Amino acid sequence: MSAPTLTLSSLAAGYRGRDAGTEFVVGNIDARIEPGRLVCILGPNGSGKSTLLRTIAGFQAPLAGEILFEGRSIRELTVNERARFVSVVLTDRIDAGMLDGRELVSLGRYPYTSWMGGLSAEDLRVVDWALEAVGALELASRPVISLSDGERQKIMIARALAQQPRLVLLDEPTAFLDLPRKVEVMTLLGRLARETGCSVLLTTHELEIAQSLADRLWLIRPEVASRRSSLLAGSPEDLVLSGDFERIFSTAGVQFDRELGRFFFGRRPQRKVILRGSGLPRRWTEHALGRIGLQSMERDEPERARKETPVITVQNVQGGYLWTLTDAGTTQGFNSISDLIAALDDGGKLE
Amino acid sequence: MIIRFPSGRPEAPGDTTVEAAISERRGPMFQNHPVWGLIGLAVCLALLFLADIYLGSVRIGFGKVLETLLGRAPSDSIAAKIVLLFRLPKALTALLSGAALAVAGLQMQTIFRNPLAGPFVLGINSGASLGVAVIVLALGASTGAAFLESFGVGGQIGLALAAALGAAAVLLLVLSFSTRVRGVMTLLVLGLLFGYAVSAVVSILIQWSSADRIQAYVAWTFGSFGGVTLHQLPVFAPVLGVAIGASQLAAKQLDALLLGEQYAVSMGVRVRRVRVLIILLTALLAGTVTAFCGPIAFIGVAVPHLMRSLFSSSSHRLLLPSAALMGSIAALASDIISHVPGTDLILPLNAVTALIGAPVVIWVILGRNNLRETFGS
Repeated sequence: MSAPTLTLSSLAAGYRGRDAGTEFVVGNIDARIEPGRLVCILGPNGSGKSTLLRTIAGFQAPLAGEILFEGRSIRELTVNERARFVSVVLTDRIDAGMLDGRELVSLGRYPYTSWMGGLSAEDLRVVDWALEAVGALELASRPVISLSDGERQKIMIARALAQQPRLVLLDEPTAFLDLPRKVEVMTLLGRLARETGCSVLLTTHELEIAQSLADRLWLIRPEVASRRSSLLAGSPEDLVLSGDFERIFSTAGVQFDRELGRFFFGRRPQRKVILRGSGLPRRWTEHALGRIGLQSMERDEPERARKETPVITVQNVQGGYLWTLTDAGTTQGFNSISDLIAALDDGGKLE
Repeated sequence: MIIRFPSGRPEAPGDTTVEAAISERRGPMFQNHPVWGLIGLAVCLALLFLADIYLGSVRIGFGKVLETLLGRAPSDSIAAKIVLLFRLPKALTALLSGAALAVAGLQMQTIFRNPLAGPFVLGINSGASLGVAVIVLALGASTGAAFLESFGVGGQIGLALAAALGAAAVLLLVLSFSTRVRGVMTLLVLGLLFGYAVSAVVSILIQWSSADRIQAYVAWTFGSFGGVTLHQLPVFAPVLGVAIGASQLAAKQLDALLLGEQYAVSMGVRVRRVRVLIILLTALLAGTVTAFCGPIAFIGVAVPHLMRSLFSSSSHRLLLPSAALMGSIAALASDIISHVPGTDLILPLNAVTALIGAPVVIWVILGRNNLRETFGS
């Protein structure tokens, strides 16, 4: 068994401030990445995700500890050896000038080309392979300036691949993309990791996508008081079961549902209503009620509670839906959810 | 989504339309045949070089000019003296200076990722101006008329030395900062601020100077390729020749810097070392030209843009040699125009470079929307 692609031992990454109290550190990190794995770094804003990534990329020196690439310390590697081992995709918006897709990807061959920078047949083959691997061959001859954010991200990933690295680091690769594109990019990265054996380490805010696609998660837990963060590594499932996921991300207004593995946001339920109905209309009525802070119950409560609890019924009528609200002896009918919600809000039912 | 590993091509129909749209958008110019573009530039350069020697206030037959240049005419004739002692050094100076300024400008635009950058963005010209201003305006006062006279006849060496010293002082300042600051933008601001400081000092010096010394200083700021004599060429030419040659070797590093310094670092570019080397080369190029010819504006900023448009390319392997050729062409053309062929008039060189060149470049840049593509803003 060969050495892990990346090993962090007792690593501390961050900035030493000039004055006391300005320093910021992610400390005591012991973690590793095996070949061919997709690992996501998750953590609240400002917890040090990017700092950690930048330290591994070699943009800033570690404050303490070691970074090992396949068992070799980052300090022993020449810049060229490092460039052949690890490549990056950054959040900086690049101004690619008049480069087209293929030219931009070709820049990734830098660590392999001669001093004049000419591309050999082998270089061209790798560039084509990288373009193909991310599904961007049709972008090859288009000017990078004309690409959409998603297309540009693919080209940047292809450029990183053209460096033929053992590890690709990506800083928020899905930041500017719409949801389908986010999933597409993350799925692509997962595939690349498995099929090429090249590991992928990325930071992201997409908790749910990361949970379903990453092999492992690195959770960064910030400790505001000490300005130090620590890191918890594990499989997504273990981190959910242990409650760590919940502890790190749940704040006021955002609740993590361990059952469903997803976050709920909106108002905390303040009152209960009884909701009768089934299927899709029930599902979205429940959604709307949750939005205004009402928790829907399935079954009728005992006699005493029933009197005080409003009852909402949704049913199909003539190709549409009808909502009825029974509360304090009066019954009203509504043709849309927004009318229903308006009536509930108006009547001060929430307080 | 399926990842296809090496095998299979993308579907043809979509491809052809995209290709067509692109070739239409980018224009044919020299994009597909850059070598022909380079050859074309070289031919233009050769013709202008001969024209610059042929044209002048004294009329000399073209045959005679050629004979003199080839060493077949007696070298003691007046015509031969004009050609060999005056026009040939001037043409060589223009050729080298233009190439030097354009290459320096291209390097600075890439390093600073800024379309307004040029060879003087680091304050090299400010330093040179200060050196000259101190010699002409301030020291002139104490050492008297004899000192000034030494500038008059052809003794440009004093000025060149002062300019070189001033430029070198700024260079040392910039270099000491460049190893310390993280972002390259700080250098840009420093160069700007230094320029303001120098013009302040110069204006104070002018306030206390006599009219003839002010005239001497202003004449220097006009720029001229005529100041370099045959005896100074052995210093001037090799320095610029070597520096221009060395710049061509930086193509790979400059290409990598197109994506910004962080990507460059991640690809194994020793960014600080490269930055210092490029700054040194630029200072040598711009400083030497300014020392001998004065602060020649415009060529260094405009020519790189012109070449990006012409070749629709950001590749420095193409841009560096083509900018050198085009810089020479621009300098020679400006020199010819400034000597207003057929008359005894001589226009200030800087006036010509800007007045003739600016509309051309504005036309090219507006026509092809080149700036936004190159610098994304």
